[in-house]
Amino acid sequence: MPENIDVTGARRDQPRRGQEHFVAPVDEGGLGAVDAVSTTQAPKSLWGDAWAHMRGNVLFWVAGAVIALVVVVAVAPGLFTSIGPRACDLSQSLSGPAAGHPFGFDFQGCDIYSRTVYGARASVVVGVLATAMVVVIGTIVGAIAGYFGGWFDTLLSRLTDIFFAVPLVLAAIVIMSLMSTRTSFTVALVLSLFGWPQIARITRGTVMSVKNNEFVTAARSLGMGRVGILLRHVLPNSTAPIIVYATVALGTFIVAEATLSYLGIGLPPSIVSWGGDISKAQNSIRVAPEILFYPAGGLALTVLGFIMMGDVVRDALDPKARKR
Amino acid sequence: MKIRRYAGVTTFIVAGALALTACSGGSSGSNDEPSDAAGEATTGIVSVNGTEPQNPLTPGMTNEVGGGLAVKNIFSGLVYYDSEGASHNEMAESIESEDNQHWTITIQDGWTFSDGTPVTAESYVKAWKYTALLSNGQNQQYFFHDFAGWSDTEDSEIAVEAVDEHTFTVELIAPSADFQLWLGYSAFMPMPDVFFENPDIYSDAPVGNGPYVVDSWEHENVISLRPNPDYKGPRTPKNGGIDIVIYTDENTAYNDLLSDNLDIITNVPSSAFATFEDDLGDRAINQPAAVVQVVQVPEWREEFQGEAGKLRRQAISQAIDREQVTETVFGGTRTPATDFTSPVIDGYSDDIPGAEVLQFDAEEAKRLWDEAEAMDPLGADYTLEIASNADSDHQTWVDAVCNQVRNALDIGCEFYPYPTFDEFLNARDDASVPGIFRGGWQADWPSMSNFLGPVYGTGAGSNDAQYSNPAFDEKLKEAGQAATPDEATALYKEAQQILFEDLPGIPLWYNNATAGYAETVGNVEFGWDSDPILYEVTKSE
Amino acid sequence: MRWYIGRRLLQVIPVFLGATLLLYALVFLRPGDPVAALGGERGLPEAVQEQIRERYNLDKPFLVQYLLFLKGVFTLDFGVDFRGREIVDVIAGAFPVTIQLAVMALIIEAVFGIGLGLVAGLRKGGIFDGSVLVISLLVIAVPTFVIGFVLQFLLGVKAGLFPVTVGRDPNFESLLLPAIVLAAASFAYVLRLTRTSVAENLSADYVRTARARGLTRSRVTGRHVLRNSLIPVVTFLGGDLGGLMAGAIVTEGIFNINGVGGTLYQAITRGENVTVVSLTTVLVIVYILANLLVDLLYAALDPRIRYA
Repeated sequence: MPENIDVTGARRDQPRRGQEHFVAPVDEGGLGAVDAVSTTQAPKSLWGDAWAHMRGNVLFWVAGAVIALVVVVAVAPGLFTSIGPRACDLSQSLSGPAAGHPFGFDFQGCDIYSRTVYGARASVVVGVLATAMVVVIGTIVGAIAGYFGGWFDTLLSRLTDIFFAVPLVLAAIVIMSLMSTRTSFTVALVLSLFGWPQIARITRGTVMSVKNNEFVTAARSLGMGRVGILLRHVLPNSTAPIIVYATVALGTFIVAEATLSYLGIGLPPSIVSWGGDISKAQNSIRVAPEILFYPAGGLALTVLGFIMMGDVVRDALDPKARKR
Repeated sequence: MKIRRYAGVTTFIVAGALALTACSGGSSGSNDEPSDAAGEATTGIVSVNGTEPQNPLTPGMTNEVGGGLAVKNIFSGLVYYDSEGASHNEMAESIESEDNQHWTITIQDGWTFSDGTPVTAESYVKAWKYTALLSNGQNQQYFFHDFAGWSDTEDSEIAVEAVDEHTFTVELIAPSADFQLWLGYSAFMPMPDVFFENPDIYSDAPVGNGPYVVDSWEHENVISLRPNPDYKGPRTPKNGGIDIVIYTDENTAYNDLLSDNLDIITNVPSSAFATFEDDLGDRAINQPAAVVQVVQVPEWREEFQGEAGKLRRQAISQAIDREQVTETVFGGTRTPATDFTSPVIDGYSDDIPGAEVLQFDAEEAKRLWDEAEAMDPLGADYTLEIASNADSDHQTWVDAVCNQVRNALDIGCEFYPYPTFDEFLNARDDASVPGIFRGGWQADWPSMSNFLGPVYGTGAGSNDAQYSNPAFDEKLKEAGQAATPDEATALYKEAQQILFEDLPGIPLWYNNATAGYAETVGNVEFGWDSDPILYEVTKSE
Repeated sequence: MRWYIGRRLLQVIPVFLGATLLLYALVFLRPGDPVAALGGERGLPEAVQEQIRERYNLDKPFLVQYLLFLKGVFTLDFGVDFRGREIVDVIAGAFPVTIQLAVMALIIEAVFGIGLGLVAGLRKGGIFDGSVLVISLLVIAVPTFVIGFVLQFLLGVKAGLFPVTVGRDPNFESLLLPAIVLAAASFAYVLRLTRTSVAENLSADYVRTARARGLTRSRVTGRHVLRNSLIPVVTFLGGDLGGLMAGAIVTEGIFNINGVGGTLYQAITRGENVTVVSLTTVLVIVYILANLLVDLLYAALDPRIRYA
């Protein structure tokens, strides 16, 4: 008899042939939510699950929209303004908003709106790239040290200590001076080269705590390999602090770029960036504090987008939060 | 990720002896009493901002502003400068010469160092010889370069000899009528015997003979100077002492001044240029200084060589609206340049033939540039680099100048930063700067020759652009041998005419001394060297 | 446990050697010539420069310089800096106030970061959570220079509530405002880390179990949620202590504090290798000890973590 003919009159989500419920129907049991095992579908992957979870979250779409906007501005600033960020007229220095210049002019007489739009690219590239690199390096080092412990931990943790100790200014002066060209990529490289120890330590601490959980013991007793447990069970449960640290670090990296540029070891002055403009706005802080608002606002909006997105992703990856 | 912006940077004085209305050379100046301005002696301790000295507080080592302010108050030399910049005898009884080359100096009797030992002719002779001797590694060694016997390649004694306890002689390599004007500079102060017993021992409270003694020096915090009870000279302190408070950030010092935590600020931060005259009213000081800022045009860059190069130099010069930059960027704390010297120098004039090249004229600039392009094209992609060290606040004006150059000449123009001062020096020395670069000059003594020879003379020490023009060198030589000051001035003007043709450097503006003081103090004046005349400041307790 | 601590303390030695070697290599590779800069714009005669290089061993090969430095460390004679000042004195002058400032900042960021983060995490998605997000965005996007300058100007110069600068009188009152400014940037990290961990742990099984057992909300929060949420926060704070000490360059400048950050920065720009490495050596030890303390705290916060 064809399977789709319903002979018992039961609903479609009832057990298939060969599976029987010996208790009350699923919907009627108080423990239904706990017991519900989807038997009709193949198990979803971790990310598939997360995606399904995120799709339904309004915050995901808001954060996505903010990030998309920032990315579009970074990729094609020309769409948003026809004024060049470097077309400056000193006689307009610190003039207020005027027709066609909604944010007014900065100290050098450049259009602030245009500079804010054009500053997105370098800042976003530096921030995102440096964050991505410290997350990769830091997570790998921290996860191995925390999960395997013993000599791995000793070796990697002491290596982390060594890198912790190097003042970033010093490292940046040396490395940037040795580089023949300076771009957003080299700046991100320097920032991440000496920025990963903190995230490595945070990952290590979290992994050390998570690896003692019952589900890890369970996985091990099921015969799962150590690496498999680390990737499949420990890391997904350790993402929260990593994501949180990374989203905040994104903002600090963008600001740090400004510091490097101010010291003459960051981006070349021809590249417009929010960090650079924040740093320049400081000179006018006694007379025109408001010009600081625009580059800092762009930075804050970007960080906001990533913080919200980080929250959503973390929620989605967290098996505990999904149980309900 | 914790490095953030940091603004403080050591500033060097390249400068030295300074006086405007110089006493006529040759015979001794009279032992004038200091002009007794307002203010009876008071007992309050005057605080003034400073930077941590980078060297031991000795005349031979201190070559930067931080230590300079202390050294000029704890040592006394043969002459000193009053607020007008005029020189007066301090320890000297007389400074005499027949030929302006061989000098005989007599010092007054009865002076002592703060450890009680007498100041004798020998104190000067030993100190000068010590500083001038190459192997002693003294920062101020250069300042004896006009003394016979001086060498910067091997150890050799300079020709300074004591005749008796109060008399010594000096031989120069060439006649120099303004010799006594140099002598107020700190390199020419005497040193006590205790120093020579072990010169390498570092002392927080050096023994001196000036109006003040170091009472205590809390490093990076404060240098406390108190009146020297044994001081005999004319610079008698009118206050109960000086506290040089160390700051790394001028903004901080300024905020302390506004809240009466600091009495005198010697340098207003650039963020307050626009407001400090309103903030402080008649307690704001904004007066010309003997400092000229230029951009040097390196001879080693092909685009600035030959006829086309000349045109390009002129084009860049005329593309810069100095008026606008000094007004807007510097809030009127700079004065647009009209020559290669400074308005506070005798013989300065703003109408030297050829000086028109310093006038802003965007159209003319563009025309000159295009003319050069026709001869020797660089292409529209050419980018003019303006280099400087980045550890001091230079980017703002470079950005402004670059914007003007871009707008006028339709070429690229960028700030080219060197992270540290020594990297900048290195790049200048090995001729690797990829464009024009910042240059500033503060005079050692108040003569036009000092603004021209050391910077533009062939092979001169600070000729960083490696400029060389025999005609210019010849003019300088003639001027040095001129019979009268007027004749010399005329020749220096002719020399500058050559510079205006060649533009080895493009003069931008003259610095002003920008400073201020709180209501707590009175009788504050700033000298020719942009430093406050501290001993005259009054403050009641 | 005692064995673990002993072993960790022994590990100070390789870390010290590694860190100083790396640092020395960096200062050695630093471009430019610090000695040439001693003469300012005028420069110094070549012979004078050689003298100075010889005096400070700058003419020696890299390894020799490094070994001479190590010798200095073990004989506690770091030598003198370019000013002729004993480097030991420089260290002794800079560290006390810096330690005071860094500890105050650490306490401020810990108390406010954890406190606000806890409440935000407990009421995730609420108005309080939102306002706290805005505050953290503010301290992330507005650089320390501006926060410091504005607070100094408004609270110090205008309102007179705080001393404007610290200067030669570092005490609790004068260091309070600088400590707040210094804590601001790290505060965002502490707050976000606490908030997220708390929110995550609220949904953990043991919390439900504890609630089911009838424990009060505050007891659950205090004994279980917060404790389990603190591991990343404590890690961050431990690592941050050294950062607060070395990186307070701007804060120290604004409030005129003679501390490690500014001294270190100036030594770097002046190319004073021995001063840089000596100061950092002390910082290395601070890092190592702080991280050791953090590792020990793990065991206290999470009994399942054990050290053999």
